[in-house]
Amino acid sequence: MTTQVFKIPDSLRKDVKYSFCPGCDHGVAVRLVAEVLDELNLKEKAILAASIGCSVTIYDFLNVDSIESPHGRAMAEATGVKRARPDKFVFTYQGDGDFASIGLAESLHAALRGEKISAICINNTTYGMTGGQLGPTTLLGQVTTTSPTGRNLEYYGYPIKIAEHIALCEGTAFSARVSLDTVANIRKAKEAIKKAFEVQIKGLGFGFVEILSTCPTNWKMTPDQAHERVRNEMMKTFVPGIYKDITNNKQAVLV
Amino acid sequence: MTQCLAEKKVLTKGNYAIAQAAILAGCECYFGYPITPQSEIGEFMSGKMQELNRAYVSAESELAAINMVIGACSTGAKAMTSSSSCAVSLMQEALSYATSDQLPVVLVSVMRGGPGLGNIYPSQGDYFQATKGGGNGDYKLIVLAPSTVQECADLTYKAFYLAHKYKNPTVLLADGLLGQMMEPVEFKDYTYPEIDNSSWALTGAKGRDGRVIRSYAPLAEDQCVFLEKLYQKYKTIEENETEWEEIGTEDADILFISFGSTSRNVKTAVKMCREKGIKAGMLRPITLYPFPNKRIKELSEKVKKVITVEVNMGQMINDVKLAVNGKVPVELINKPVGAPPAPEEILLKVEDLI
Repeated sequence: MTTQVFKIPDSLRKDVKYSFCPGCDHGVAVRLVAEVLDELNLKEKAILAASIGCSVTIYDFLNVDSIESPHGRAMAEATGVKRARPDKFVFTYQGDGDFASIGLAESLHAALRGEKISAICINNTTYGMTGGQLGPTTLLGQVTTTSPTGRNLEYYGYPIKIAEHIALCEGTAFSARVSLDTVANIRKAKEAIKKAFEVQIKGLGFGFVEILSTCPTNWKMTPDQAHERVRNEMMKTFVPGIYKDITNNKQAVLV
Repeated sequence: MTQCLAEKKVLTKGNYAIAQAAILAGCECYFGYPITPQSEIGEFMSGKMQELNRAYVSAESELAAINMVIGACSTGAKAMTSSSSCAVSLMQEALSYATSDQLPVVLVSVMRGGPGLGNIYPSQGDYFQATKGGGNGDYKLIVLAPSTVQECADLTYKAFYLAHKYKNPTVLLADGLLGQMMEPVEFKDYTYPEIDNSSWALTGAKGRDGRVIRSYAPLAEDQCVFLEKLYQKYKTIEENETEWEEIGTEDADILFISFGSTSRNVKTAVKMCREKGIKAGMLRPITLYPFPNKRIKELSEKVKKVITVEVNMGQMINDVKLAVNGKVPVELINKPVGAPPAPEEILLKVEDLI
């Protein structure tokens, strides 16, 4: 007798053309979100506020009700959905540019208000969809199409550490940074997503996960090289970990 | 102001009348950011909505406020925001999205002086902003223009109805004068039919595939098909919802066209003209989109001159000229910003113009 040990999550649409670049971590992240939606039995009560950037196509993959938000405004739209329908499960899926540059005000204020919303933010240190420009998370020294000699302080200032900032908001119930570079880390990422979803279900506050991801196309790397970069370069500035978890008595501290 | 809920007829400001009417129309969610001369709307809503256990958020910006409205509307809820001029400028991107998403957004826009920060005096300088839009792409907003505090209430009801009936953002375009002015208002029962949103609203994908409310149309062909359909809807709106008021147009030689608070002085000027033997009449568009261009065209066959009276540098006059199409001269009596030109002032200028 055979036992099924692996299947396409019910929360993923079937027969959809895969549109992310080869080796991009978006595919893994979307699958993890779908698995958690399945496991927490949320598909039928979930409403997604999608965003602008490579993340926009998430509604082509997730088989849940979705509203597409203007660039940076996903957290405002999610707030509107949740306040109108508090019984629904409301979440966003955004890139770092959407969440932490053009949408930083919406993100911080949603966390400060303690909105019962869960947010997933993909950090790949660049604007992927537009061809690899400097974004809010671009590392110091990183070459992009708009930092041709590398990010320097004089012209560009510092990258933002998103998970730490969100953890400092008092309305945040859970904030973590995870990565998808190894199987072990993918498992941890899924646990973090689950936690960020559960704090909403329990009505505890804002749930947030920043996912360190690859952009092999714009980084001009193979998928393996890209994951090496996540480990060797990104994690030095963006240290993975749980920055706040009120269910586990872990509070953010100012350092 | 809180007496509004208890009593049917009250003496109140336009801003309170709008807020109270929104409550009575069944507005479930208010999201806003303060700006003079409409801050009373948010103040009133903050108390009442919480008292009624409805949604209220003091948004971090107008960008956030209008997008919260979009989020709420995507679930089929009755939701609104209110703002003014320079801050309505911040909402233009979202209004463009909301027309493409076909969502029943209600925006109350209480005009003040501009451009830029301008001032808090009354103005009609946002006629273009409301009717032509500052957002990208081809779209229309339904625009209702009250001229009395009573109409502020009545047209707020209508704004919710039309927004939901046509799934199109609808603007109640008032001005600082109406917002701040006190008049008696009778709050009638909300008798418009409730619109069934169940075929499109986001409710969770229970027993069906997930719905997507989106404007992203990567293929040009898809966008063409969508826009043709959208403009069919606008044609229906134009055929069914154009509303205006006329006085003295049966035998008029001079046809005034004026909207909002300004039209009240024009109404008096029509009387004064007639006392002086000048056969004047007035058409007051109540819907600025759809604009009563067919009726203006008909009247332009009978009158000798058309004069628009506006508190701006001449905005609606452009739509009037298109409707008149060169049949008769179209003149402008205007004031750039502030209280509308007095009836006496209008009369003097008419005597100059004829």
